Amino acid sequence: MDERVAAARTRFRLNGAPVTLSPVPGERLSEVLRERLGAREVKIGCNAGDCGACTVLVDGAPVCACLMPAQQAEGRSVETVAALVRDDRHGRALAAAFQNRAAAQCGICTPGMITAAVALLRADPVPDEAAIMDALNGVLCRCTGYRAIIAAVLEAGRSPLPGGAGEVGSAVRRLDGAAKVEGREAYGDDIAPPGTLEMRVIRSPHPRARFALGDLDTFLAVRDGLEAVLTAADVPGRNAFGTIPGFIDQPVFAEAETRFRGEAVAAVIGTPEAMRRFDPADFPVTWTPLPAVATLAEALAPEAPQLHAGRAGNVMCEGFVECGDPEAALARADVTVEGRFRSGFVEHAYIEPDAGYARMRDGRLEVQACTQAPVMDREGLEDILGMERGSVRIVPSAVGGGFGSKLDLSVQPYLALGALTTGRPVRLAYSRIETMQVTTKRHPSDILLRIGARRDGRLCGLSFAGDFNTGAYASWGPTVANRVPVHASGPYRVADYRAEARAIHTHCPPSGAFRGFGVPQAAIAQEVLFDEIAEKLDMDPLEFRYLNALENGLPTVCGQVFEQGVGIRACLDALRPAWTAARDEAAAFNARAASDGGPRRKGAGLACGWYGCGNTSLPNPSTIKAGIRADGTLVLHQGAMDVGQGANTVIAQIFATALGVPLGCVTLVGADTDVTPDAGKTSASRQTYVSGNAARLAGAALRADILMRCNASEAARIALGAGAVEVTEGARTQRLPLGRLPPDAEGYVLRAEETYDPPTRPLDASGQGVPYAQFGYAAHLVLVEVDTALGHVRPQRFTAAHDVGRAINPLLVEGQVHGGIAQGMGMALMEEYLPGLTENLHDYLIPTVGDMPPVETLIVEEPDAHGPYGAKGLGEHVLIPTAPAILNAIRHATGCRLRAVPVTPDRMRAAILERQK
Amino acid sequence: MAYSAPSTLQGALSALAAGPVAVIAGGTDFYPGLRDAPAPTDLLDITGIAELRGIARTPTGWRIGACTRWSEIVRADLPPAFDGLKAAGREVGSVQIQNAATVAGNLCNASPAADGVPPLLTLEAEVELASDRGKRRLPLGEFISGVRQVALRPGELVAALHLPDPPAGARAGFAKLGSRRYMVISIAMVAVLVRLDGAGAIAEARIAVGACSPVARRLPALEVMLAGCPAARLAGFDIAPAHLEPLAPIDDLRGTAAYRLDAVAELCRRALAEAVGVAERGDG
Ligand SMILES: Cc1cc2nc3c(=O)[nH]c(=O)nc-3n(C[C@H](O)[C@H](O)[C@H](O)COP(=O)(O)OP(=O)(O)OC[C@H]3O[C@@H](n4cnc5c(N)ncnc54)[C@H](O)[C@@H]3O)c2cc1C
Ligand code: FES
Ligand code: FES
Repeated sequence: MDERVAAARTRFRLNGAPVTLSPVPGERLSEVLRERLGAREVKIGCNAGDCGACTVLVDGAPVCACLMPAQQAEGRSVETVAALVRDDRHGRALAAAFQNRAAAQCGICTPGMITAAVALLRADPVPDEAAIMDALNGVLCRCTGYRAIIAAVLEAGRSPLPGGAGEVGSAVRRLDGAAKVEGREAYGDDIAPPGTLEMRVIRSPHPRARFALGDLDTFLAVRDGLEAVLTAADVPGRNAFGTIPGFIDQPVFAEAETRFRGEAVAAVIGTPEAMRRFDPADFPVTWTPLPAVATLAEALAPEAPQLHAGRAGNVMCEGFVECGDPEAALARADVTVEGRFRSGFVEHAYIEPDAGYARMRDGRLEVQACTQAPVMDREGLEDILGMERGSVRIVPSAVGGGFGSKLDLSVQPYLALGALTTGRPVRLAYSRIETMQVTTKRHPSDILLRIGARRDGRLCGLSFAGDFNTGAYASWGPTVANRVPVHASGPYRVADYRAEARAIHTHCPPSGAFRGFGVPQAAIAQEVLFDEIAEKLDMDPLEFRYLNALENGLPTVCGQVFEQGVGIRACLDALRPAWTAARDEAAAFNARAASDGGPRRKGAGLACGWYGCGNTSLPNPSTIKAGIRADGTLVLHQGAMDVGQGANTVIAQIFATALGVPLGCVTLVGADTDVTPDAGKTSASRQTYVSGNAARLAGAALRADILMRCNASEAARIALGAGAVEVTEGARTQRLPLGRLPPDAEGYVLRAEETYDPPTRPLDASGQGVPYAQFGYAAHLVLVEVDTALGHVRPQRFTAAHDVGRAINPLLVEGQVHGGIAQGMGMALMEEYLPGLTENLHDYLIPTVGDMPPVETLIVEEPDAHGPYGAKGLGEHVLIPTAPAILNAIRHATGCRLRAVPVTPDRMRAAILERQK
Repeated sequence: MAYSAPSTLQGALSALAAGPVAVIAGGTDFYPGLRDAPAPTDLLDITGIAELRGIARTPTGWRIGACTRWSEIVRADLPPAFDGLKAAGREVGSVQIQNAATVAGNLCNASPAADGVPPLLTLEAEVELASDRGKRRLPLGEFISGVRQVALRPGELVAALHLPDPPAGARAGFAKLGSRRYMVISIAMVAVLVRLDGAGAIAEARIAVGACSPVARRLPALEVMLAGCPAARLAGFDIAPAHLEPLAPIDDLRGTAAYRLDAVAELCRRALAEAVGVAERGDG
């Protein structure tokens, strides 16, 4: 029988129900499932088999739906997570365990993880850790560091519910966890209805090129289903976006010359059918490649092409902090060390490529896309569109990971222009290659550092000069240049200090915000040299750090004196037992290995970090609003974007605690620029601290209002009932009937809205001032094993002590720690983005489930007077100590001093051979 | 514009003879290779052809159908001489990839880093090619002629691999070097097949190395050298540059040429030790 099934039908069972359809030749199963059958729980992270987000079961076997021609499903059974967690006993058990373990952070990998895990449990209901790793090896997660996922699969079916009623300090499940494990969460590409017009951006294939657009009218006219082409000429407002006033320099569409590979010059809009046929290579544009600068050295050369007028020598900006007399101190120091340290671009590699949907509604524009900064997006788009304030509404989609990159506009300007130009809804999802080519990266760094110390172990002078490759446009480069000098001392008392950082333009993708804003790069240099100077002083690395650690009452390098809340010594104290054990273990192992001639060596390494929470010396207020409806519903307008870190839960916990009600009473309304006040951007580890404070104030204000109305004292208990609030004090219970109170325009009979802005002061010309109201502190220890014959470095376990002031939710604290360590480990050992070479998840390697060793999290609580219930920020702090701890462990294991990351096996092996010479 | 999925080899060969079509099997190289371009619309899906599936015993050895998935190879009941092939199969991408990717696809894609090639070289595989003009066989080393180059003529498909019976009692090993634990393209990999004599010394050794030359290569000089070496001495066996002479590694983003050569010697020792079952140094 034949065979030609071009127009023929494909029949299969989807989650038990028969389906029949006619896929287009080449159409992937993932496309059919998502666009024709509504199975948007099947996620697309790469369309190339590398991420596993699209995993479905075909006849029970996990496969990547993105690599399977839809016709191959003929006659087979296809299962997706949505049905598995409903109908399959393993799926149900996994859904519960994933929530109990907070194994879904952003949740974009969760459908693939649970689906792969169901296949495992069907074959092996009680798998061990090795079997779990083998079974989940095809699904990448960028948020969790995998350990919570492994734990969830291990204990599926008998996973204990984490405790507490949701008050501050309790390790409750995430409030948004069920939607994530059930595949209901709608990310950027999950919003547009099928059939929506699609967009495709036309991009420069060269790092730098002049270009001429061809005949666009003819191009459009001869192609069925193409609706519009957009270019710079179609931008009604300012053809520029950016993140920092004075540095709004990135065009939506380049106008004559592109400055990095992947820069947009045009966008094409068409029906889904037309866009499926459209090959960007057919777009009429001619390129004239021009000489480009890729590295710091090239960009700084006198003859280098200049990227931007007014930024002479390609220097975009500089940051500077100085105190004491560093040169004199270094001159009188008993011992000094110095080094030059380098790092490359690091890609955020969130699993959800940037995507969104936009439409015009009543003359206003509405954009639903993944973002970390909805209000900044709104303002940026209004400027691009030349529309007045209030014309744009941003309703963020769920965010499948951000880590800093989704602070910047990506798809939004194109979506906005597309909807405005066509008057119709449009969607745009970046491909994996696009997202890696054009979104921001961690800054490559080139750092010169000198450190001195006295014989007694006290630091005596530190001089830091760092150049950061900021790429073609500013993005958050100025923030990096400012933050690095403030942090480059590490959490230590350094009386004589000088640090300067420069952000340098190159013809590379813009470097922007990535967990730590340049501080992780600086920490590598500082913490690695600390080990070297400790060795010169014959001091234990931990004790050397302890001796020099900042304390309450001692000034930072910015002259800021904290009277309370400095927790670095507490972190080191917490780590000390594990440190001794790890050093002993390494020594014993190495003694055995040396005697039997084995190639493996172990080493234990340590590093510290600190990080200021909130914007550097700039206002960054958050506002939180809450209201109670006449029926007794308590609504929290929570605008702090939850990008997986847990703001939805943490902010609600703080609010509920301040109000004095169980967390279960809170109904969340998320970010939406029309109905939820601005809680600022999810960056700078500020949401728990800043928005948390606004939530605390809002809860307290609502509580005060209720107590006042009932004439009750602060000691009274509040309970929300149907249509009434009950206030109990001692034996007396009062009812406040809500029906009698007048509702406001939003239907609230009681409401509160409060704002918090961290108290900071500007830095003077020497960088002296009050950059942050609080810092968080951390110390990491890692035990590594180095295969000296092959150069493999395998971390065996991490112990991470984090001073979080107060753990609002210990489960989520642990999640941040694991995830940050995984990223720090990636940066140390495998990750390097090379434009044009590693622009997919096949060649750009991030840790897999098999790379991540166990992590012991030691939560240290040194309360901060400014933090809500004493809490400090955490998100970025985590990956600061990880990479230097690994480098220090490698040195302990092998004696090799590595001054560049990533330490790939070939670089490790080269260092070992060099040392053997 | 057509998608054809014949159920017989003859049907596929006719479709192929009729005009240019893109052959697709597991799709795991096909789709990623498109990058951001649209898929070609004339597609010949060969995975529905029963004759191209499965592993079968033949009078002189084994036949592996072209469209046999890596996961089927991993699960198949095969003699220990195939352990290296199975180990390689377990390293092809991930579980998801192994459930889709076919063995012939791995060969036809002709990546220097194809994990399937070195163990198949040690098994002395022959590739059976079919067209509507008939069938022919080529040794694997001739079938893959260069980077992304195979000796497929227009109208031809790979129908199967034929593996002669391995030497009785032979054992095999595979060692892959990558920058992370899973889902990683090999920096280098080594497959070995060895047979020990009654005294526990090597009677015959076959060694093939991938990702260190345009096409994976056997190392005949090393194989000869190894004959007579007691199994217990394999872990520390000295491998000289001359033994690696067929290799011509390059520098790329996964590693330098020098590193590859250096690592290959160690990988050879480890794969040999694994095959003969001696514990690696320092593992105890
Ligand atoms: C995420 C990921 C990880 C991977 N990791 C690895 C790895 O670690 N090691 C490794 O070796 N490979 C790896 N691969 C590559 C790939 O999975 C293998 O090469 C696979 O075996 C290819 O088989 P396929 O059936 O999917 O081929 P397809 O993609 O279907 O086809 C590949 C090519 O071969 C042709 N072809 C296929 N079958 C035949 C035939 N019978 N006759 C003629 N032509 C044919 C096709 O026309 C096409 O050009 C990986 C791929 C992905 C996506
Ligand atoms: S989307 Fe299919 S593997 Fe990434
Ligand atoms: S939770 Fe896994 S990628 Fe975000």
